[in-house]
Amino acid sequence: MLLIACPYCGPRPELEFSHGGEAHIARPEAPADVGADDWGAYLYLRANARGLHAERWRHTHGCARFFNALRDTTTDKFLATYECGQPRPHLGEPS
Amino acid sequence: MSTRYRSASGGRIDRGRPVRFTFDGRPYIGCAGDTLASALIANGVWLTGRSFKYHRPRGVLSAGSDEPNALVAVRRDEARCTPNLRATQVELYDGLAAVSQNRYPSLAFDLGVANNLMARFIPAGFYYKTFMWPAKAWDRLYEPAIRRAAGLGDAPTAADPDHYANRFAHCEVLVIGAGPAGLAAAMAAAKGGERVILVDEQVEVGGSLLDEPADGGTTIDEISARDWISQSLARLAAYPRVTVITRATAFGYFAHNMIGVIERLTDHLAAPPAGAPRERLWQIRARDVVLATGAIERPLVFPDNDRPGVVLAGAARTYLNRYGALPGKRVVVATGCDSAYAAALDLHHAGVKIAAIADVRRVPAGPLIEAARRAGLPIRFGCMITGTTGRLRVTGARFLVITEDGRAGLGETVACDAVLMSGGYTPSVHLFSQSRGKLAWDPDLQTYLPGVSAENERSAGACAGRFDLAGVLRDGEAAGSASIGVEPSRTFSVHAMAANPRGVLGALTHDRGPRAKAFVDWQNDVTTNDLKLAVREGFQSIEHVKRYTTTGMATDQGKTSNLNALAVVASALGRPIPQVGLTTFRMPYTPVTFGVLAGLARGDLFEPVRTTPIHGWAVAHGAVFEDVGQWKRARYFPRGGEDMDAAVRRECLAVRAAAGIFDATTLGKIEVVGPDAAEFMNRMYINAWTKLGVGQCRYGVLCRDDGFVMDDGVVGRIAADRFHVTTTTGGAARVLSMMEDYLQTEWPDLDVWLTSTTEQWAVIAVQGPKAREILAGLVDGVDLSREALPHMSLTHGVVAGVPARLFRVSFTGELGFEINVPADRGAQVWEAVWAAGQAHGLTAYGTETMHVLRAEKGFIIVGQETDGTATPDDVGLGWAIGKTKRDFVGKRSLARPAMSDPARKQLVGLATVDPARILEEGAQIVAEPGGTTPLTVIGHVTSAYFSANWDRSIALAMVSGGRARMGETLYSPSSTGDVPVQVVSPVFYDQAGEGVHG
Ligand SMILES: [Zn+2]
Repeated sequence: MLLIACPYCGPRPELEFSHGGEAHIARPEAPADVGADDWGAYLYLRANARGLHAERWRHTHGCARFFNALRDTTTDKFLATYECGQPRPHLGEPS
Repeated sequence: MSTRYRSASGGRIDRGRPVRFTFDGRPYIGCAGDTLASALIANGVWLTGRSFKYHRPRGVLSAGSDEPNALVAVRRDEARCTPNLRATQVELYDGLAAVSQNRYPSLAFDLGVANNLMARFIPAGFYYKTFMWPAKAWDRLYEPAIRRAAGLGDAPTAADPDHYANRFAHCEVLVIGAGPAGLAAAMAAAKGGERVILVDEQVEVGGSLLDEPADGGTTIDEISARDWISQSLARLAAYPRVTVITRATAFGYFAHNMIGVIERLTDHLAAPPAGAPRERLWQIRARDVVLATGAIERPLVFPDNDRPGVVLAGAARTYLNRYGALPGKRVVVATGCDSAYAAALDLHHAGVKIAAIADVRRVPAGPLIEAARRAGLPIRFGCMITGTTGRLRVTGARFLVITEDGRAGLGETVACDAVLMSGGYTPSVHLFSQSRGKLAWDPDLQTYLPGVSAENERSAGACAGRFDLAGVLRDGEAAGSASIGVEPSRTFSVHAMAANPRGVLGALTHDRGPRAKAFVDWQNDVTTNDLKLAVREGFQSIEHVKRYTTTGMATDQGKTSNLNALAVVASALGRPIPQVGLTTFRMPYTPVTFGVLAGLARGDLFEPVRTTPIHGWAVAHGAVFEDVGQWKRARYFPRGGEDMDAAVRRECLAVRAAAGIFDATTLGKIEVVGPDAAEFMNRMYINAWTKLGVGQCRYGVLCRDDGFVMDDGVVGRIAADRFHVTTTTGGAARVLSMMEDYLQTEWPDLDVWLTSTTEQWAVIAVQGPKAREILAGLVDGVDLSREALPHMSLTHGVVAGVPARLFRVSFTGELGFEINVPADRGAQVWEAVWAAGQAHGLTAYGTETMHVLRAEKGFIIVGQETDGTATPDDVGLGWAIGKTKRDFVGKRSLARPAMSDPARKQLVGLATVDPARILEEGAQIVAEPGGTTPLTVIGHVTSAYFSANWDRSIALAMVSGGRARMGETLYSPSSTGDVPVQVVSPVFYDQAGEGVHG
């Protein structure tokens, strides 16, 4: 079971969280103006990264807040957790 | 007490406390402190089981959890009969009754042994080769025969009466394995003053040190190994934050240093205390883990190496020194490493005749070999063991001396009653590998060792390839110190006989011909021939060879066999071992009971059960319940022996004729509050909310952003900044989570709070033409009139003395009210309405009637009419869309051309031509009767009932272009032929919608 550091509550067991899919996919400001391909990409296309992955979690059975995490999908190591709206941290990437 | 194979003295058994037990019904006597295996050996019993495939006689091979052969069932009663226990781990208690497995009719005379003679016809992969054809033979012939033959113990016949405990624990340092490395690591880590947990699978701590003779031999810090164990335990006991748990197997290494441990609590007791848990599951989260899991001795691979009496040399030493049990009176030692000499020497000193030591190495040297030579033991170098004689127990060992130029010399058979063998030790890297650490091949030790760690973890001692005791202790001290971030400081003074850690791998050379069976995997009966055959047939990956031959796939997971199998395959492929790879180590390390994993989650506690405040009343009134998610909902209220159809028919008629009362408490409820509440609702729901006045209600439809219906429910505006949102029973959590998602991550600028109020309100629906009359006498300060409280409005007031939110809504098409009161007053208000309604014919109805009544009105149920691919327009809810809104969740997707394709499936009603025929929900709809498969399906039935009010069958369906097909005759294929149906409006009852306004 993963140990996930909620930015608001601290480390808690995975049981308390729900996974929320890939992070940093903003809903377009004016969907009506978005073309079909771009809208389809917004709805369905995901990076499905092998390795570093910015993803959303919700501390459902805790503070109930959404936050973002940078996790390595091959090792399950969390490099960072951070509040929604903050940019993806530059960690673990080849410099 | 005299037991033939009990040593004169020594061992950690209590010779003053005899223990009576039976094996296959025969009585024996052992000592307190014995395992079943050591007691049987002390009684001269070696035949303990039959092998899995060939039914060959088998005996104890090892002395620990790696045992592949001696699997027994221990039986206390009908319910407490545990199969597949390793006799080497079963602690003896008075009255223990153990039976062997996999034999018929008896252990000594077994009919299945014919398989041994038929071995040529059951080669590797015979599962895949033999039972291919005809398919029909599977059910009646192959599967029953295989199941009978594939016996590994029988499950108990009664339910498990025991209970199992569960504990979560947290510590800074978890040490797994309490041998010398683990003890040293725990003592080092304890100095930090933090929480340290030390677990060990054995009865007592000490690990390999327990195998040392009581006196003489190894000393640590100038005291005997046993005294050092006691001293170490005393040291650890002085630290209040150190916990030592024995009989505790770390079976799984989970992500982020979560370790699963099973602690066996009562299985070793003659009379377990009533109510005591049988086992405990520990889920331990550690900051740092020290793996000190030791090493497992490898058998030698030679023909007939599976005969009872052929035992691992280290195990024989354990039986002698720890249990005072002698493996034989005249033994042969066959070895490829130094450590077997220690066993030979100890047995020699205990008075056992060493008939021969056959060392496959040509010129080994070292203090142990020197000591054996000085003791006058008959050692033969460059000598292969090539077979054994005997039937149910070994009577001799065959040798073949290989001359210096590699040629075979003369063969010879030496009489003996036990053969001790050792190919060296394999580090136990199971848990390290489970932690996703990378293993590295060590060319010097010829084994895999922990390489790069994936977790915050360190391996110490034999599991890290360190076999000299001084080095093992240093390793433990270093790992324990590193775990608390300090430099190692303690030194150990060790006097022990040095042993070369190298051994041999793979099959020994022999002159026995191609049919001789040299076993690699004892438990799954895999021989060198099977592995070579797999390679000849083209298997190259060790993972494929494993599955094809089943090597390493038995309950012991190949603890004694994996490395030998790898070496045999590598040799057959002509490749070095590291190029052949290694199979994955999987949890559990040793078998785990389902009971301990289930823990308390059984029976009533299997899953949380949610009941409403009216549940007790429903039970008292004979309701039949159905599960809706975790909720128990009253499905119908049978009277006087009614079946469901009769009860539902009566309930349906009563609601439309007079009134019904229905428990709607399970509906999800979310309070949406804040200055931006209306704007939030506008963005979430397809409907327009701005113009909804305070005190008004609206049927809301929620889509996902892909445009498909996700949930629905009535929403009431309590105040300008407050909405009372209802959801489906099953969708409540999903809807709240989706709302929170958008609110927190897309529109954090909106000033809105969301609160789940599902559990706060009891909801009592009163539906039917008499509803107003029934409530009239119960309300205080509420005008129930058509004008003051019209359909789709709400008010606050007092109902039956309780403050209430009173909704004028209808899911039946009749005049209806839904009374929301605080949950703890729900039963009281329900009782009051029930009492007041008796004079008006008020009838309690359940979910089944609710379903029929709403279907008569063509109201959809999300998840029944919709399936995640239906748009609002598909299910006739296009009218609900707020057309002038700039945006809402799903709007952009609904603008896609495909979403307005006239061929989309649309909600329609179906009237069967035969009014008595009720369609099957889920049945397909086709346009033409009598078609041949594959049929062109144009739709499916979503709801089908008998409507008492219309006195005929009704159905809702999703049909391609359905709304343009009104009046058409379509067909629903069924097992009794095509059922003709007519497409009609989904609204069967009161199409003008006047009822609700009554
Ligand atoms: Zn939190």
